[in-house]
Amino acid sequence: MTTVEEPAGPAGPAAEERPIGFGRMKRKEDPRFVRGKGRYVDDVKLPGMLHGAVLRSPFAHARIVSIDTSAAEAHPKVKAVITGETLAGLGLAWMPTLSMDTQAVLATDKVRFQGQEVAFVVAEDHYAARDAIELIDVDYEPLDPVVDARRALDPAAPVIRDDLEGRTDNHIFDWEAGDRAATEEVFSRADVVVEQTMLYPRVHPAPLETCGAVASMDPVDGKLTLWTTTQAPHAHRTLYAMVAGLPEHKIRVISPDIGGGFGNKVGIYPGYVCAVVGSIVTGKPVKWVEDRSENLMSTSFARDYHMNGQIAATRDGRILGVRVKVLADHGAFNSTAQPTKYPAGFFHIFTGSYDIEAAHCEVTGVYTNKAPGGVAYACSFRVTEAVYLIERMVDCLAAELGADPADLRMRNLLQPEQFPYQNKTGWEYDSGDYPACLRKAMDLAGYEELRREQAEKRERGELMGIGLSFFTETVGAGPRKHMDILGLGMADGCELRVHPTGKAVVRLSVQTQGQGHETTFAQIVAEELGIPPEDIDVVHGDTDQTPFGLGTYGSRSTPVSGAAAALVARKVRDKARIIAGAMLEVSPDDLEWTKGRWSVKGDPAMTRTIQEIALAAHGALELPEGVEGHLEATTVYNPPNLTYPFGAYICVVDVDPGTGAVKVRRFIAVDDCGTRINPMIIEGQVHGGLADGVGMALMEFIGFDEDGNCLSGSFMDYLLPTALEVPAWELGHTVTPSPHHPIGAKGIGESATVGSPPAVVNAVLDAIGVRHADMPLTPGRVWQAMRHGQVEAPQ
Amino acid sequence: MQVPASFEYQRAQSVEEALELLGRFGEEARVLAGGHSLLPMMKLRLAGPEVLVDINDLTELDHIDETGGELRVGALTRHRTLLESPLVGRHFPIIHDAERVIADPPVRNRGTIGGSLCQADPSEDLSAVCAALHAVAVIRGADGERGVAMADFHRGPYETAVGAGEMLTEVRFPVRPGSGSAYEKLERKAGDWAVAAAGVALCLEDGRMTHVGVGLAAVGAGGLHAEAVQELLEGREPSPELFEEAGRVASASCSPVTDSRGPADYKRHLAGELTKRALRRAVARAAAPAAAVKEG
Amino acid sequence: MRITVNVNGEDHTREVEARHLLVRFLRDDLELTGTHWGCDTSNCGTCVVLMDGEPVKSCTVLAAMAEGHETRTVEGLADGDRLDPVQQGFIEEHGLQCGFCTPGMMLSGRALLDRNPDPSEDEVREAISGQLCRCTGYLNIVKAIRWAAAHESAGREEAGSQA
Repeated sequence: MTTVEEPAGPAGPAAEERPIGFGRMKRKEDPRFVRGKGRYVDDVKLPGMLHGAVLRSPFAHARIVSIDTSAAEAHPKVKAVITGETLAGLGLAWMPTLSMDTQAVLATDKVRFQGQEVAFVVAEDHYAARDAIELIDVDYEPLDPVVDARRALDPAAPVIRDDLEGRTDNHIFDWEAGDRAATEEVFSRADVVVEQTMLYPRVHPAPLETCGAVASMDPVDGKLTLWTTTQAPHAHRTLYAMVAGLPEHKIRVISPDIGGGFGNKVGIYPGYVCAVVGSIVTGKPVKWVEDRSENLMSTSFARDYHMNGQIAATRDGRILGVRVKVLADHGAFNSTAQPTKYPAGFFHIFTGSYDIEAAHCEVTGVYTNKAPGGVAYACSFRVTEAVYLIERMVDCLAAELGADPADLRMRNLLQPEQFPYQNKTGWEYDSGDYPACLRKAMDLAGYEELRREQAEKRERGELMGIGLSFFTETVGAGPRKHMDILGLGMADGCELRVHPTGKAVVRLSVQTQGQGHETTFAQIVAEELGIPPEDIDVVHGDTDQTPFGLGTYGSRSTPVSGAAAALVARKVRDKARIIAGAMLEVSPDDLEWTKGRWSVKGDPAMTRTIQEIALAAHGALELPEGVEGHLEATTVYNPPNLTYPFGAYICVVDVDPGTGAVKVRRFIAVDDCGTRINPMIIEGQVHGGLADGVGMALMEFIGFDEDGNCLSGSFMDYLLPTALEVPAWELGHTVTPSPHHPIGAKGIGESATVGSPPAVVNAVLDAIGVRHADMPLTPGRVWQAMRHGQVEAPQ
Repeated sequence: MQVPASFEYQRAQSVEEALELLGRFGEEARVLAGGHSLLPMMKLRLAGPEVLVDINDLTELDHIDETGGELRVGALTRHRTLLESPLVGRHFPIIHDAERVIADPPVRNRGTIGGSLCQADPSEDLSAVCAALHAVAVIRGADGERGVAMADFHRGPYETAVGAGEMLTEVRFPVRPGSGSAYEKLERKAGDWAVAAAGVALCLEDGRMTHVGVGLAAVGAGGLHAEAVQELLEGREPSPELFEEAGRVASASCSPVTDSRGPADYKRHLAGELTKRALRRAVARAAAPAAAVKEG
Repeated sequence: MRITVNVNGEDHTREVEARHLLVRFLRDDLELTGTHWGCDTSNCGTCVVLMDGEPVKSCTVLAAMAEGHETRTVEGLADGDRLDPVQQGFIEEHGLQCGFCTPGMMLSGRALLDRNPDPSEDEVREAISGQLCRCTGYLNIVKAIRWAAAHESAGREEAGSQA
């Protein structure tokens, strides 16, 4: 069922700002942040703490001949210099990646990308550590690099991973989905086939807080405490236990306040391991926080998908099939963070939101001499690439047919009665009313009026563009039987304890990086139990205090942990019913629940509030046989299916014909994330993702020269939009609850990042009348596209 | 975070003291004003001066005065001060045009005109502005001060006429009746260095353009003083055809390079396009100075 | 070298290296960790503090240069328990998510309102254009600062009518 609602206006009356449950509510975490009292990793200061710095490779590909650390060791403030050789002695020179590959912690044999970790210095202060890395003398023998993924499989290409036994090329994997024969069949009978090659370029999540860690190994009890920038504290702890051979109960990972993650803080980076080793070696706490260049040049990038798409249709605009070939650049180590069985993530969803007959894709992954990664930056495990591909292909088809892009989409969208819908690559979309969502976006935008304005402007030589995208996301991984990371199932725990006075604490496995978990999860419990959100403490980000789970990425917090929180609250509610029955001396079956209380059916005066029940649960009340005291529960939620948020986006741009400069004039986003827990937070999530999309479409790009030197190693060259490059977002929403989710919520974290880039690109190309140009659509690239009708893929 | 290597810090209390310190430390010393070019370079360890002479206390260098047919701007005048000065806006709207798009507000609170000119980055906006305005740089050393025309001040990328033991103290702009000026910059985003930019200053005398100055930024050292464009325009009546021609000459006379801001042919195109735009606005402002004041 | 820096109305004297950056002085020496850093090239603006009332990027100011000036950080925004209207505006309008850029954004907002009590949306966008936010897409930051402007002007009118 879908309800189409008006866009949220200003906050309602005061009473509605403090909902007991779902609704618009100010964030519980804000008071500390606005006072500057957030506590991020770099704010951690421990007695006797030392400071680490990493020496990095200046070369993209080179053999290490020798490393001379003597001058650094002689520095009066240096306490330790660690190299790959030191680590090899501890069996830690290499570590497993999240994709079952290995990655050098500190290079021993070769360096494989510019910025790779070569040595680690521990010193008394930060300045001395930075000075000392300059004193390390490394003799490199440069090797030919592989920079362009399209050349990685050339027989003559240098072999990057000669550390791997028997490796003779740069091939990582081949993967396919869909039905090749059925797809060939629909293509053979199509009136129109459009083919387009496109690159989703390398971009970087670039959270404003860089990655870092403070490691403190207690030499007496052997317990390691690690404050670290991680979106997945439990997964990290288990991996440290596996990598370093440390007993897991002697490791405590604390992820304090996180200054943005966007996928950048999912993996384990060599610097973290170095901080741990530094603390073990020196017996003191060691802090390491990377600088911005290190962040941009060495940590998880995103995308770098070279895609060739083909779309088949009838002459009158019915889409029949889609097929795709992808060359995936994974960098020097395959460290993408994705479920083990899904080397191309959830790219399957390239069939998009359309009712098509057949689809097929093939993805080949390769190594290059670039930083490792691939899945990061709010991509929902490659859904971003898939959505970009299909939404660009639909626009290419519209251009070919001379059709209006909105009409073409409307014509092919899945219909409400088709849900649950089995797509052509084997995924089951849970629910949706796509046409209503698109129509709503068009109404908010005034689509027909915009097209009239555009036509008038064209007459005058002004370039205005209108771009659409309609996306379907697939988020909330697992279920565990299909989805794991390094063997750890993607299911998440939750614990809830109601204190005697009716206040509560809920403990989560997921970790906020700004999404507002302290508020949202309190609201979920409040909705289920009727305890006001301000009376519910949300504990997260500390493995000693929270249940196991795989963490926050792929928009999975609300779909997975949100479900866990609702279900654990329902367990508590069920127990409260038994206790209330004892209190009221009636059978629990005779009680009915209204938010916050159990009452006798037909006799509402006979009632006990959850607070009264909590006190009784801890008091002298005689409990029924088999019922333990106290009021608490635990659960582990194993998702039965993914959830499928969707949305319709419309972007309006003006392009300066003389310079190619693009101005995003308007952006209309209608999202459907199912049940809306806190609309204020949802809108904030969408706003941020839309800015990401504008950034990626127009300016963000990690580039390399032919020697593999990274050209985007600072914010002078890795451009992020400011308040002046983005418009005042215009939002709307529809609500189609997920039928298989306990509260119907689908997740919202990445929708806008996924859905917005094609809308912006489609708008720019609509303005300049060019079939395709790769992102980023900087003024220079737009001008080239205008002049030549196309533009080379960026490097 | 990245941090600079060690250096010695000296805080001058007078121009004389600053000159004495600069003389004493010679090539090892750098003047520290706003610090927004120098300190990032030092953090990235691309610059490593042994001594920094902080001149931020020299309030005598932070001034804007109109005197003797000139606007005299102290070297320590902050970008923000220039942007907010009605006097500057009245005489030289080109400076306000440029200041609006130089870096960002917090940087403009610190950065100075002297620092911008002495950094002499070929992409730097005020260098092109001062070139267009035919400004004169006042350089002071132990032996007194000298005035240097902008064309002689710029010696090449990151090089100026300021010698060891000397400092830039003032920039002087000739104030002329009937003048108009404008700056057009294309940047990839707010706060970025120019992909290309063009500054034009001129006077309208009896319907003809005189004292024409054209300065281009980010299109190679040859563009900074676009003499060929100036010569083309000097003494002529403005016309759309002439502006087109000026654009063509600007494109032809510069020497941009391909980089992450764009390919050379694009920048060459921009040099022409932006020159035309700046020229149109400069002429319009000269023709209707009241409107220019309002706009500025 | 020995420096005395006034921060949030209090003088602090410390022995520091000449190269000590103001942001590190605030964070490391004074333990005022509300001022953050996010880049090395004065692009991100998470390190913005007020110097003599105007926003500056404290990663590009030497601690020694702050001597003789008044520095104000996020810790100096509230008056005891009473939040500055800009702080309240950020809460009311959901002007923050991860909180990392927030102190710098609020200080720029404060400085803007001190000289322009009723800024337009464009003026607010311009005032924060030297600072990056990766979470909010800026709209709610703009609203937060304008919320503060509206409530300050309401407060002034109230004070005026009482006088």
